[in-house]
Amino acid sequence: MITIVDYGVGNLFSLESSFKAIGEDVRVSGDADEIFKADKLILPGVGAFGDAAEKLAINGLKEAVLAAVAKGTPLMGICLGMQLLLEKGYEYGEHDGLGLIKGSVRPIADVIDPALKIPQIGWNALIFTKPSKLFKYIRQGDHVYFVHSFHAADCEESVTSKTEYSALLTASVERDNVYGCQFHPEKSGKVGLNILRAFCEEG
Amino acid sequence: MITKRIIPCLDVKNGRVVKGVNFHNLRDVENPVELARYYSENGADELVFYDITASAEGRSLFTDILRETARRVFIPLTVGGGINSVGDFERVLSCGADKVSVNSGAIKRPDLIYEAAKLYGNQCVVISADVKRVDGTFRVFAKGCREDTGMEAISWIKRCVDMGAGEVVLNSIDTDGVKQGFDLEMLASVCDAVNVPVIASGGAGCLDDFITLFKSVPKVDAGLAASVFHFKEVDINELKREMLKHGIPARL
Repeated sequence: MITIVDYGVGNLFSLESSFKAIGEDVRVSGDADEIFKADKLILPGVGAFGDAAEKLAINGLKEAVLAAVAKGTPLMGICLGMQLLLEKGYEYGEHDGLGLIKGSVRPIADVIDPALKIPQIGWNALIFTKPSKLFKYIRQGDHVYFVHSFHAADCEESVTSKTEYSALLTASVERDNVYGCQFHPEKSGKVGLNILRAFCEEG
Repeated sequence: MITKRIIPCLDVKNGRVVKGVNFHNLRDVENPVELARYYSENGADELVFYDITASAEGRSLFTDILRETARRVFIPLTVGGGINSVGDFERVLSCGADKVSVNSGAIKRPDLIYEAAKLYGNQCVVISADVKRVDGTFRVFAKGCREDTGMEAISWIKRCVDMGAGEVVLNSIDTDGVKQGFDLEMLASVCDAVNVPVIASGGAGCLDDFITLFKSVPKVDAGLAASVFHFKEVDINELKREMLKHGIPARL
């Protein structure tokens, strides 16, 4: 069973539905004990880094996620949920992340062609940089749906795929039982569902 | 490279799709959930659901439809029609919408854009503008294109983006329904004025109109249409193969 961590940011309806669509049992929980005992965890998120990090720290959810990961529970962060896996975020000031992946979250404006639009909204291709269990059912060049103004930087050793938006931006990360996608697999059609399916089969 | 998006628009009235009567391969052509699923499996990059009902009953049917669609369709869903308050945003977002487009609601009360963007993020707020040429200027029209607001369109759209709109749908009243192609001149003016994605709407009559759109106004991010897709005058996958042949990035 998949447990989606509910810490009050964003709407979890589509994410929950996408797991049901691939035949997976899923629950949405904001209970630290349930999160600690979960088989697999999803850390979602939309909005700003600092605000989300703050909300995750309430009611012991952050500690529950960290303790679950420490005992080997697979965790997948999505969009802002992926960004929170890193050490630091630089959106409206400097904020601490979970520190599960080495690196920091910085504005894409620092690295992309200034003529390009921010946020990056739309479908872009995945460029694999390292093998990942998440790619079991998808191919290099498959398109996924992105909506973001910030990106994971200085995390080269954990990057498994990138996407080209004038600069190469981190699309996914992985370190042991911790996974993250900058894009939205729950909004990326069959390719996205296949990534979630691969995660469900992990571990 | 980010791809140009192709977006079918479904007009929903009392829980049924209108203007989509000639659709093949579907048991129930007026069922929005079935049509949405068909499109998501056949190349659509995103879907727009436009609520054209006026009654409270029709409105609740619409949210039922939306929820059912979001359960089964896993591409971005944008909802428009009857969005006048943050409460309306909440109503459709909780049913699985990813983005919400505002039109008359923002004209009546521009602060709505700012309030919604602050709560849900800029990426969630789409400004949709119906624009027509009047005395050599672009004018914003309200109430389903019936009422001239007197506002100049480019400055209105810029103002909306400054207040937090993360995307623009530009519907040209001059080309809408004529099926002679998108309004390239109007689109180029808007694209030059803002730095958020711009979605072209109004005028698509055939496959070539989309190619011309992306070739002539390279800054346009997406093409939106209803009847050419519903009536199968344009097949989305075929359109995308053609786009790729012309060097226009597309997702196949």
